[in-house]
Amino acid sequence: MSGAESPFLRRHHLRPVETVWWLLALAFFFAFPEYLAVATSVLVMALFALSLDLLLGFAGVLSLGHAVSFGLGAYVSALINLAGWHEAFSGALAGGAASGLFALLIGPLILRLSGLPFIMVTLGVGAIVYEAANKAVWLTGGDNGLPGVTLDPLFGVFRWSVYGQTGYLYVLGWLLALFYLSRRIVASPFGVALQGVRENPDRMRLVGAPVLRHLVAGYAIASTMAGIAGALSAQTNAFVGLEVLSLNTSIDGLVMLVLGGVGRLYGGLVGAPVYMFVQHFAQQWNPYYWMFLIGGLLIVIVRFSRGGLLGLLDSVLRRIRPGGAG
Amino acid sequence: MTQLALQATGLHKSFGAFKVADDVGLHLAAGARTALIGPNGAGKTTLIGLLSGTLRPDAGRISLHGRDITRDAMASRVKRGLVRTFQVSSLFTKLTVLENVFLAVSENAGASNDLWRPAGRRRDLIERAEAILERLHLADSRHRRMAEIPYGEQRLLEIALALALKPKVLLLDEPAAGIPTDEVSVLLDAVASLPTEIAILMIEHDMHVVRRFATEVYVLVHGRVLTVGPPAEVMASPDVRAVYLGQSGQSRFAGGAPGA
Repeated sequence: MSGAESPFLRRHHLRPVETVWWLLALAFFFAFPEYLAVATSVLVMALFALSLDLLLGFAGVLSLGHAVSFGLGAYVSALINLAGWHEAFSGALAGGAASGLFALLIGPLILRLSGLPFIMVTLGVGAIVYEAANKAVWLTGGDNGLPGVTLDPLFGVFRWSVYGQTGYLYVLGWLLALFYLSRRIVASPFGVALQGVRENPDRMRLVGAPVLRHLVAGYAIASTMAGIAGALSAQTNAFVGLEVLSLNTSIDGLVMLVLGGVGRLYGGLVGAPVYMFVQHFAQQWNPYYWMFLIGGLLIVIVRFSRGGLLGLLDSVLRRIRPGGAG
Repeated sequence: MTQLALQATGLHKSFGAFKVADDVGLHLAAGARTALIGPNGAGKTTLIGLLSGTLRPDAGRISLHGRDITRDAMASRVKRGLVRTFQVSSLFTKLTVLENVFLAVSENAGASNDLWRPAGRRRDLIERAEAILERLHLADSRHRRMAEIPYGEQRLLEIALALALKPKVLLLDEPAAGIPTDEVSVLLDAVASLPTEIAILMIEHDMHVVRRFATEVYVLVHGRVLTVGPPAEVMASPDVRAVYLGQSGQSRFAGGAPGA
């Protein structure tokens, strides 16, 4: 069995392999200073995919409207910023709080559904919110978006340069903190219960579990994280456009997660850079047909590994070193 | 008058024109060891479903320790100590045996609101889960996935989950079905070792098991209670024997009858 299904009572054990990802992310900062702006948006999407993993990989809830949480966080943090509040951390937290609150409001209504009806409702909510933002030009700027997000120097010291050093480390810091939080949550009794709900919701009810409450709590956490990701996107791009709310954003996050591997926390962190790297070079190869490459890659990965790239890595490692890989 | 652990009166349930529960009344005193028998299709599992809340009755009233629970959801009945098992194992197939029981223990202890401490370090919860596995002779399988263990062990795991919920009233739907004969006594011993104040209702076909377990037997036929009484009396009843005549359960039934 793949690592995604490793006994969850051992999930809290930290494996040395894990540091590799974080060291690479740090090494990138020094090795490719000219690509930091692009790399920052990769980190933002990695965080978004991570939040989706909490929802899909651990609670077993497939949403096609997760961009609503991302976009809401982006707009709220931008509006607060444009209203004159330029501190970065609190701005991002405000965006996250807005999305978390949104999840607490609609979660109890929509999470009663499951399967196809739920997916369709998330699609519908996404479409409605997108069009509402499109219409509410006075608030969102409509098609023009909200430009001019400016931030105070971080900790009063680090300025936000055009090269994006501050932005990169700022987002990396958020990612590390929220990743740690996700890890704790997934390994906690609550996380275990959530995975029980994923496996067999009816049976969870019969062990006395408040299934809907667990799902709403899980959704609120995932939505808050997606909101923070959206806020970070607004802050580091100094701009929010309608596309943060679009179906494309939801799908991008989902594809990144599936590429990397659903239900393993690192899925989004691996999938996002791979997806955006391939996208970048495919677009250079052919600006019109680049989706061919992404589509092909997705089919190959899903066909040969249910656990995404990380699942593939697991099985390769296991072949080299039987019983070793985790 | 002592308060009844579980009382159901006038339960009705129909699926279309088909009456699966027709004015069923049942009561379990604290510490009851009651068997529910009847031919296939008599509505035994339906009755357990109505009592546990997996099904809603069309009419009737169910009370647990004197408190009306007719409209309570499954989860809240469980929290009050009304726990059932399933005839067909319905567990968390991808999880290990220990994890299955952990889920129930954790929920029962109210630990599932803890988002911070690792579940794997909750020694208190894990020890409780392991003690239950020990009792059902499942300790050796605790790190195997539920889907990988033999069917008999899956049935025992079903009981283990129920025990993890600290039941006051336990509804067992054919717990021994499919268990190899030599493991049936593991199950019965585990049931016998439960605190005497727990009331237990068990659907069971095997009259040997019924005689060993029950002090009272309900016979259900076509959604109605045909008769209630001590095992020997019920098994001697011509009405009951007539019901089983020609049924597949006949041989097993005869096997448990006095002098057979």
